[in-house]
Amino acid sequence: MNLQNILNELETVDGEIIDRLAHVSRRNMFSMMTRKATAAAVAAPALMATALSSAYGQSGLPAVVVNVLNFALTLEYLEEEFYIRGTNTPGLIPSQFSMVFAQIRKHEEAHVRLLRSVLGSQAVSKPAFDYTAKGMFNDVFTNFQTYAAVSQAFEDTGVRAYAGQATNLKSAPAILEAALNIHSVEARHAARIRQLRGFKGYITKSDATGLPAAIYAGNDVVNQLGIDLNGIAGKSFDAITESFDEPLTMDQVLAIVRPFLA
Amino acid sequence: MEQVNTVPESPTRIEGVGRRSFLRYVGGAAVVGGILSSCTPNDAISTSSVPTNDLMKYAKQKGNGMTVDLGTGEIAILNYAYALEQLEAAYYEALLANPYDGMTMMERTLFQDIRDHEVIHREFFKRALGSAAIQGLTPNFSGINFKQRSVAIDLARQFEDVGVTAYNGAGKYLKTDAYLITAGKIVSVEARHAALLSELQFPNQTAFAGDLPIDGFGLERSREPGAVLAIANAFVMENLTISLA
Repeated sequence: MNLQNILNELETVDGEIIDRLAHVSRRNMFSMMTRKATAAAVAAPALMATALSSAYGQSGLPAVVVNVLNFALTLEYLEEEFYIRGTNTPGLIPSQFSMVFAQIRKHEEAHVRLLRSVLGSQAVSKPAFDYTAKGMFNDVFTNFQTYAAVSQAFEDTGVRAYAGQATNLKSAPAILEAALNIHSVEARHAARIRQLRGFKGYITKSDATGLPAAIYAGNDVVNQLGIDLNGIAGKSFDAITESFDEPLTMDQVLAIVRPFLA
Repeated sequence: MEQVNTVPESPTRIEGVGRRSFLRYVGGAAVVGGILSSCTPNDAISTSSVPTNDLMKYAKQKGNGMTVDLGTGEIAILNYAYALEQLEAAYYEALLANPYDGMTMMERTLFQDIRDHEVIHREFFKRALGSAAIQGLTPNFSGINFKQRSVAIDLARQFEDVGVTAYNGAGKYLKTDAYLITAGKIVSVEARHAALLSELQFPNQTAFAGDLPIDGFGLERSREPGAVLAIANAFVMENLTISLA
């Protein structure tokens, strides 16, 4: 199947794909296409994924990109199963928050589907998880406060993890963009869960809000692009640190996640 | 005479600011502001009971005839971010200077926090760009009744949504690692704002990460710079232009 055929097929289910891929192929080709956006976008993750990876030709995705996508997939697996189990546990999630967690679950499921589709046979398989993190969160599925805390841990870690991988995706602009499109969704989740727990929606300094310090380590940075922002526009140190979500390296993220692997 | 010559780089993917409404907006501006100016800020504007992207209904087209070119290449993208941060910061400054009746402490604190973040972003880009920075822009909020709570919150939410789509669409144009990393640090903060304002506007629903900004793949939408500037230009007196390599 060539790229044009894939795109023609995609175009019938998702007009947006044309824009999403516009920068990885000949611009004119896309501008000539008729856009027929329909509500069927949800039906096409495999096609979307094929188009994403096909844009990189016969040599396939660069190894560094595959590595990042498998890293992301592992985090998404962790989140997906966590929300499936949580939303399937009667009495765990208070009714006023049921829509919140159902929505987050929906997104994490979609992220897993998409990443698996893009990776195809190169996708890592889902590990077994221990959501108590070796006893750190023993009541994770019986105490909502604990469940929400672990949710925040995953979402904020996800935000910082995706932020840390952007430069590794530069060789694949369409995938970089898709990763950014996931990244901001994780940030929306994180803000809502933080708020629901009674915290500000953004990360102040490296305040851990009762979670392992490693999740927020190094967020208290006031130097950006070599510019010391201390005192900028008379704003507080706290506000400066809230204004930038500092990335985590892959190693830092894996260290945070490791206790959750069974 | 208005100058509205920023053409979307590609058809926008967002309903409500799609090509059709953009053209209508350009046409209306070209015809002259007579019809548009009949809507004064004191008129109550009805806000939707569900999330929508209809920022243009708050635009009151008016310009100072000055074109501000953001430039080309990476500097243009940084100036683009600087322009958007200027607009966002100015919005919260205006909102807090004209608080609606009954603004709660929680709401005021949220707006103040977000204003501080946007001011920090604005001043950061100004310093980072140095002599390459565009001028300070003049906001045009004349069509906005900040005293109407639903309007003040609706605009804030929509500006943040636009900001996220803008950063999401701009990443691929940043070739210098440090710029891409920095943009990534900022976009998630904008997304946090968007979520919190969505929750304020539509509490206890799914709007915080809703099906309007996020598609069926679980991906938040992107906008190309041209499409974003078509929106931004409606809320600044200058006419912003950009050339992408």
